[in-house]
Amino acid sequence: MSTTPAPTAPQAGDTEEEAKKINPREQLRRVVQGDLSSVRVILGLVLIAVIFQVQESRFLSAENLTNLMLQITTIGLISVGIVYVLLLGEIDLSVGAVSGLAGAVMVVLNVQHGWNPYLAIAAAVAVGAAIGTAQGFLFSRFVVPSFVVTLAGLLTWQGALLQVLGKTGSLNVTDPKITGLANIFYGKTTGWIIAVVCIVVYGLVLAIGYRRRVAAGLGDKNPLPQVARLVLMAAITIGAVAILNSDRGVPLAVLILLGFVIGMEYVVQKTTFGRHVFAVGGNDEAARRAGIRVNGVRVAVFAIAGSMAAVGGIMAASRLFAVNQNSGGNELLLLAIAGPVIAGTSLFGGRGSVWTALLGALVIGSISNGMDLLGLASPIKYMVTGGVLLLAVLVDAVAKQQRQTRGRA
Amino acid sequence: MSPDAPLLQLEGISKHFGPVHALDRVDFAVSAGEVVGLVGDNGAGKSTLVKAIAGINSPDSGKILFEGREVSINRPQDATSLGIATVYQDLALCDNLDVVANLFLGSEETLGGVGVVSRQLNEVAMENRAGDLLSNLAVTIPSLRSEVGTLSGGQRQQVAVARSLLGEPKIVMLDEPTAALGVPQTKQVLALIKRLRERNLGVVVISHNLADVFEVCDRIVVLRLGRSAGDFSSTEVTEEHVVAAITGLGNNAGARAEIAEDKAEAVDDDFEGGKA
Repeated sequence: MSTTPAPTAPQAGDTEEEAKKINPREQLRRVVQGDLSSVRVILGLVLIAVIFQVQESRFLSAENLTNLMLQITTIGLISVGIVYVLLLGEIDLSVGAVSGLAGAVMVVLNVQHGWNPYLAIAAAVAVGAAIGTAQGFLFSRFVVPSFVVTLAGLLTWQGALLQVLGKTGSLNVTDPKITGLANIFYGKTTGWIIAVVCIVVYGLVLAIGYRRRVAAGLGDKNPLPQVARLVLMAAITIGAVAILNSDRGVPLAVLILLGFVIGMEYVVQKTTFGRHVFAVGGNDEAARRAGIRVNGVRVAVFAIAGSMAAVGGIMAASRLFAVNQNSGGNELLLLAIAGPVIAGTSLFGGRGSVWTALLGALVIGSISNGMDLLGLASPIKYMVTGGVLLLAVLVDAVAKQQRQTRGRA
Repeated sequence: MSPDAPLLQLEGISKHFGPVHALDRVDFAVSAGEVVGLVGDNGAGKSTLVKAIAGINSPDSGKILFEGREVSINRPQDATSLGIATVYQDLALCDNLDVVANLFLGSEETLGGVGVVSRQLNEVAMENRAGDLLSNLAVTIPSLRSEVGTLSGGQRQQVAVARSLLGEPKIVMLDEPTAALGVPQTKQVLALIKRLRERNLGVVVISHNLADVFEVCDRIVVLRLGRSAGDFSSTEVTEEHVVAAITGLGNNAGARAEIAEDKAEAVDDDFEGGKA
């Protein structure tokens, strides 16, 4: 076949490159319509921070910011799994109950049965994974709405939690290996070493990617965007470590949360499995015809959601030094779902990123934290959080409508 | 295989759904570098014939010859492994994924690794291959990284056709490729079909639009009520002729006689097509 590169041939290019070519008005439109939803969320976070800081000067103190990070660990970890479920266009209502049950399983095995703490943690994660797998199987095999399957799960696993806890209804965690997960803070030097390692690794990742693209003749030869990304990431990292170091130091819990967010974001954006998750969420019939094992993907995603819920429950038990009948209950489930949605993961499937788990948890966590500082009562907290969620979902729905009417679905 | 033998030849294909004869002793052939239009009214059996070739509904009786040897196509995978690709009308694209991701969906290139989760996508290799393929086909899209949902109907059709070519097929079947497309977009898709012919692929186009069929097809096969109702060379037949064969109306006796003549001509055409 003759290879005559047509003048109309598609120009290989990054979305970043495209974004630069677009004029400011167009960029503004994108922010409003949610194409750049992460920017929108960060602006929202800044706004929240300013509002609370004006009212209460302790809000942006190192101590409070460290507390905030610890408060959002559980919800952020559960949301990581929720993002996967939302990408499929499904919902998992059982994650709160599963997190409570997993925490209880860990504590009971460790405290009452004397299991090694690591074994107890592994068993708790295995319980979460098994529950997720079972629910995913029921949902995909029998084509029952995931809403119903996981609602049944919510009730079942809440009952299981009460059963596992027995008559006492509450168990304290004393094992330092377990309580350390949420209560270890690294020293200043260690904190800076972690920061440097992160920046260097990120720089290497960017450099390797850039070299591969340039070597293949794709994309922008100008390295400035990559340098800008590295500088931005380095500034955020250094700033975060400086703040954390001026209080108690870098908490292990934050590293665990970031590790899961980055790891799971890598899986969803860079691997075949992640691509298939997006495909099933976008058009499951197309995915099936492309030879993707659609039901396999679904079961795997629900297993991930169950596992992440268990990890979140373990961190909650560690931070509170106890599990009780309310573990994983109350508003935890709804906030864990609301977080990624507020931060821009679509409820309709096929759009989102794991970073929204972190960003959404930050939004919800800072609203809750700020209102606690101001001494506002629960009724107000709930109503404000509800308002923010509604606003975010409306923005998501409007963005979707706009995409459809303009052929940008 | 002699150069003028058809790439795919169907002889006496019948398919019954209960008492309904969806296909009744239908003959059909397509050669390399030939575009065959498959036309007929609703329920004439076009889709059933394509599904028989694509391995979705295997026929009850009849012979399928591929490159001169008899084959049986019982599953879609059989058709794929022979080198028969089908682009259905609903395209089956993921609107939320970009062009590269859609082209390679289900057959992603990876950097290696163990297990499903660790297999890192080789985006650079896929983007390169996608760029080569699309520029070879002169497909015009804003960017390889455009979300497919942002593309026009014609561009989506072209992406779907390009995707079918990744498996290096010998025959591509297109189901209503120009339905619901505007005039310029129809032009793009028809141009793409012509480029498939230049690449020496056998192309089967199912269409209701006779103008499009006449523009790109070398041969037009008409089905009516599950039977072969004509096999014309598109240069030697008028639209009225084909319409008469599709509807079975008009000067019936005359039309039948002409069909018989045209069949004889079509054999000659095949011969010429093979030499070209």
